[in-house]
Amino acid sequence: MIPTTYYLALSAILFSIGVIGVLVRRNAIVIFMSIELMLNSANLAFVAFAREFGTLDGQLMVFFVMTVAAAEVAVGLALIVAIFRSKASIDVDAVNLLKG
Amino acid sequence: MEAVSAAQIIFIVVALLTVATTFLVVTVRNLIHAALWLVATLFGIAVIFVLLDAGFMATVQIVLYIGAIAILIVFAVMLTRRVMQDVGPQSNENWWLGTIVAAVFFAAISTLLWSIRWPALPGAVVGDTVLALGRSLVDPNQYVIPFEVASVMLIIALIGSITLALPGKQSE
Repeated sequence: MIPTTYYLALSAILFSIGVIGVLVRRNAIVIFMSIELMLNSANLAFVAFAREFGTLDGQLMVFFVMTVAAAEVAVGLALIVAIFRSKASIDVDAVNLLKG
Repeated sequence: MEAVSAAQIIFIVVALLTVATTFLVVTVRNLIHAALWLVATLFGIAVIFVLLDAGFMATVQIVLYIGAIAILIVFAVMLTRRVMQDVGPQSNENWWLGTIVAAVFFAAISTLLWSIRWPALPGAVVGDTVLALGRSLVDPNQYVIPFEVASVMLIIALIGSITLALPGKQSE
């Protein structure tokens, strides 16, 4: 049996790589993918704790995280497409105006 | 030390592959390739869910993340094509700062992980997981209100994204 700490360590590694992606990359879609990675690593931690403590609450929390992730992706990608349409770019360094 | 079991071998292999594909998602230049590596990462996490006795969550992970979210991202990549493909730097000027922040975060959280010993509890969820999950989602004493709020939020997100993506409303 694999100790829960290993799963949590894997989750921490994935989350840190996601943090690097969000902070370093300039392309908005890559930033989105990194956010998905971070949400997934949180899900991994939730499921690991659910197994560790023998309850289902962690898995239910994963359900809600997935729901939020789906909503976030739908709205976020619509935003990216709208920004691309008006600015012809999805470079987050170029998107610094609320209007114009 | 007992012998290495099959589950441990699978965990090590899948964990290494997942970390590698995650790294590729963040670093690779081509956006379509990044999206495909993201699919590989999500699949690896689904395998780890199976190792954690959460087979239903693994199914949901594949259907929802790979089937819906990853495909949406691929569509978004195709809709915003020929932008920042091979020209220009892919990272901003403060990349070293971001890397340091992530490294500090990782150091902090792994110190926390190795210092805490969780109490050894009788593991493994007993009984029918799917039945218990479904019951607790409609049980007024448990999760029925978050469930309804989540459904309302999904409707709002749906309407909002359609409104945002409608073409030809403003001057372009």
